Amino acid sequence: MLNARLTASALAITAVSATAATARDQVQIAGSSTVLPYASIVAEAFGENFDFPTPVVESGGSSAGLKRFCVGVGENTIDIANSSRKIREKEIAACADAGVTDIVEVRIGYDGIVFASQIDGPAFTAFEPADIFNALAAQVLVGDKIVDNPYTQWAEFNPDLPAVEIIAFPPGTKHGTREVFEEKVVLAGCEATGAMQAMIDGGMSEDDAEGACMTLRTDGRAIDIDGDYTETLARIDANPNGVGIFGLAFYENNTDKLKVATMSGVVPSTESIASGEYPVSRPLYFYIKGAHIGVIPGLKEYAQFFVMDEIAGPDGPLAEYGLVSDPELVETQMTVENEEPMGSGS
Amino acid sequence: MTDMTAGASAAPKSSLLAQDERTRRRNAAEARFKLYGVIAITLAIVALLFLMVSIMKNGSGAFFQTFVTLEVELLEDKLDKNGNRDPAEMAKVTTFGYSPLIKDAMAKVVADNGIEIDGLKKPEDLISKEAAAQMRNFVLAHPEMVGETRPFEFVASGRIDGYYKGRVTMESAARDSNISPEQLQLADALKAAGALETRFNWSFITWPDASENRPEVSGLGVAIIGSLYMMLVVLALALPIGVAASIYLEEFAPKNRFTDLIEVNISNLAAVPSIVFGILGLAIFINFAGLPQSAPIVGGLVLSLMTLPRIIIPARAAIQAVPPSIREAALGVGASKMQTVFHHVLPLAAPGILTGLIIGLAQALGETAPLLLIGMVAFVREYPAGPPEGLFDPATALPVQVYNWTQRADPAFVERASGAIIVLLVFLMVMNTLAIILRSRFERRW
Repeated sequence: MLNARLTASALAITAVSATAATARDQVQIAGSSTVLPYASIVAEAFGENFDFPTPVVESGGSSAGLKRFCVGVGENTIDIANSSRKIREKEIAACADAGVTDIVEVRIGYDGIVFASQIDGPAFTAFEPADIFNALAAQVLVGDKIVDNPYTQWAEFNPDLPAVEIIAFPPGTKHGTREVFEEKVVLAGCEATGAMQAMIDGGMSEDDAEGACMTLRTDGRAIDIDGDYTETLARIDANPNGVGIFGLAFYENNTDKLKVATMSGVVPSTESIASGEYPVSRPLYFYIKGAHIGVIPGLKEYAQFFVMDEIAGPDGPLAEYGLVSDPELVETQMTVENEEPMGSGS
Repeated sequence: MTDMTAGASAAPKSSLLAQDERTRRRNAAEARFKLYGVIAITLAIVALLFLMVSIMKNGSGAFFQTFVTLEVELLEDKLDKNGNRDPAEMAKVTTFGYSPLIKDAMAKVVADNGIEIDGLKKPEDLISKEAAAQMRNFVLAHPEMVGETRPFEFVASGRIDGYYKGRVTMESAARDSNISPEQLQLADALKAAGALETRFNWSFITWPDASENRPEVSGLGVAIIGSLYMMLVVLALALPIGVAASIYLEEFAPKNRFTDLIEVNISNLAAVPSIVFGILGLAIFINFAGLPQSAPIVGGLVLSLMTLPRIIIPARAAIQAVPPSIREAALGVGASKMQTVFHHVLPLAAPGILTGLIIGLAQALGETAPLLLIGMVAFVREYPAGPPEGLFDPATALPVQVYNWTQRADPAFVERASGAIIVLLVFLMVMNTLAIILRSRFERRW
C-alpha cells in the first residue's frame, strides 16, 4: 500500500517535470554585467508591449555568458549571450563543437569608459593617456631609462595635475572594461611617453614590450576592483584623492557624486563617443542562438525590439541610460530581420 | 567542610577578614574574566545595533513611496486611431505611444495650478517611466474609457521620491544629470496643490523587480514567491529524508565501519561550502536531468542537498537525547522496534528535530551562492504560476534580490536593497522565534 503510494507520487513528480522541461516560453539571456542594465530595460519594455513573457536576464560576465551559450542547443541552454566584447575565434570553435552554429551577432551600441573622481575632490579635470600610464604603470620612462615607477604624486610628471597622492581604482582583470582600459589608455600612454620605444630599443620584442607596458604597478597605488562600479564608487567616497574608472552609464547616473575628467581634451559624452572623438570606448554585443529562433517563442521579436529605433536609437531609453547608440543601427536591424549568422558575408 | 574550616583556622597566617595575596589574585582574575565577558557582549551588541540602525535608516524608506495624481486625457486619435475599440488592434500602440499623453497631462496640471518656475524643463520626468505601462494596461482592460479624461495615480520617479526621503537635495540635484532643482520645485508645488504625496506602500513587497531606469517600482514579489517555493521543496524533501535517515542511523543501523563512514561523511557535508552544491545542481539537475534553468524546483533541490546534513545532525542528537529507559520500557511491554520508535521516541524527539529543521530552513533561505550557478541570480519580472507548475517557472530569491540591487548604478537601489534586507531579517526572525517557542514549549527534560 505504502509502496504503491510512493511509486504513484514519484511518477507524478516525474510527469510534472517532464512536461515542464519541454515547455519553456520565456527567453533566457546571460552574460556581460555591462550589458545587463540595457538588456533588463529592454526585457521590461518587451514584456509590457508584447504578449510574450518578460525574458529572464542573468549577469555573470561576458566570458561566462558565452561559455554557457556554447554548451549546446536545447531548452535548458540559454538563447542569448550578452557580451561587452566581440566573440573570440576560440569561442566560436567551442560553440561549433557543441553543435551551436548559426550564431547571429547583434551590435547594440557603444559604451564609454570614463575617469572620474570625487566631485569636491582635487581638480582631476583633464587626463592624457600618458598621465594614466605614468601614474599607474609598473615601469615608466624617466629621462631615457626604464625604471620602476617612482612617482607618488600626479604633479611630479605633469604640473597641470594636482599635487596629491596617486591612488586609482582600475577594474579588475575579470572585467571586459579592463581590456579596453589597458589597450586604449595604458598602452596608448606607453607609446606616447616613448616608454614602449625605449623598451624595444632595450632589446624587448614588441609583444613583450606591450605586455610590460600594460602591467600595472603593485605598490598599492593602483587598486584593482573586482566588484562592480558601486564598489569603485564606495572607494572613491572614502578616498578624496582616488581616481576611479567607470562606465559612462554609471557616471551619468551618479553625476551628483562624481566629476569626470577629459581624455586627450575630449569630454566623454554619448555624442563624443558616437563620433569617435572620445578615445576610450568599446562596442557592446549580444549573440543569438540561430537554432532557437522559431523554437523559443518571442526570441526573434525580442531581438528585433532591442534594435528598434525607439529603443536603441539616440532618443531611446537605452541612450538615456548611457548607451552610445550605433550609427549603423539600420544594418543591425537588417541582420536581425534576416537572421544572418556570423560570417555569412554581411 | 568542617574539616576545611578547622584546617584554615589552624593556620594562623591566614584570616577570613584579610585576604591573602593568592586569594586576591584569584579574585582579581575572576573579576577580569567577567569584565572581558561583558566587553565581548557589549561589542557584539554595539555591532548588532550599528547594523540594525544603518539597515533601518537606509531601508525603511523602501516602504514609503511618492505618488503623483494626474488627470490624463485618453486621446482617441493616439490610442485607437480607427475608433473600433478592439483591444487586439489597440495593443499595437506601444508604451511609447502613451508617453506623450502623460507629458500633456503634466503640462496641463502645471498650467492649471498656476505653477511658474523659471527654467523648468521636462516636467514629465517627475513621473516614473512605469506610468506608460500602467496606462496601457488600464486602457487595454477598459477599451471603452478611451476618449475620456480620468485621474491616474502614478509613482513618482526615483529622484523625486529620494527628495522626500532626504536622499536628493537641491544641491545634489544641481549637479545631477537626471533631475534639476526646478523639477524639485515643481514637485514641492504639486505637493502644496495636493497632487503629490508620500505614503506607506505595501507594494514594495508585492511588485516584481524593475529595470535600472525605474528603481521606484521595483519590489520583492517574485523574490518572495521564489523563496517560498524553494522552502516548500526543501521542506517536502529534506524533512522526510532527513528524519528517516537519522532514525535509521540512530535506531536500526548496525554500528560498523560502513555506518561510521556515513557518519563522517554527513558531518563533512555539513561543512561543504554552499557554492559546491550549486555546481552539483547545475551538473545533475540542469545538464543531466534537463530541468529548466532559473527555476525554484532546481533551487529547492540544491538547497535540500545543502540542508540535509544540517537537519540530520540535530535530528540524531534529538533522538539520542531520548533516554534508553523509554525504549526499554516500550520493548519490555512487547512493542516492536518500529512501534517503539514511532510511538515513543519520535514524539519525544520531535521538538529537537523541528528546531533543527527550522534553523536549517532559515539557513537555506539566506543562501545566494548555490543559486548563482543555476541561473536564479537574474532579472525576473514575471510572477511564477501557482504550484506545482510555478515551481518550474523562473524566479529569484530574497538574498539574490539584495545582491542584485546592490550592484545597480542608480542610488535609489541602495534603499531598495536595505529594504529587502529588512524583509529577509523579519522572515529569519520569525523562523528563529518559532524554533525557540517550539523548543521551550514542547521540550521534555529528564
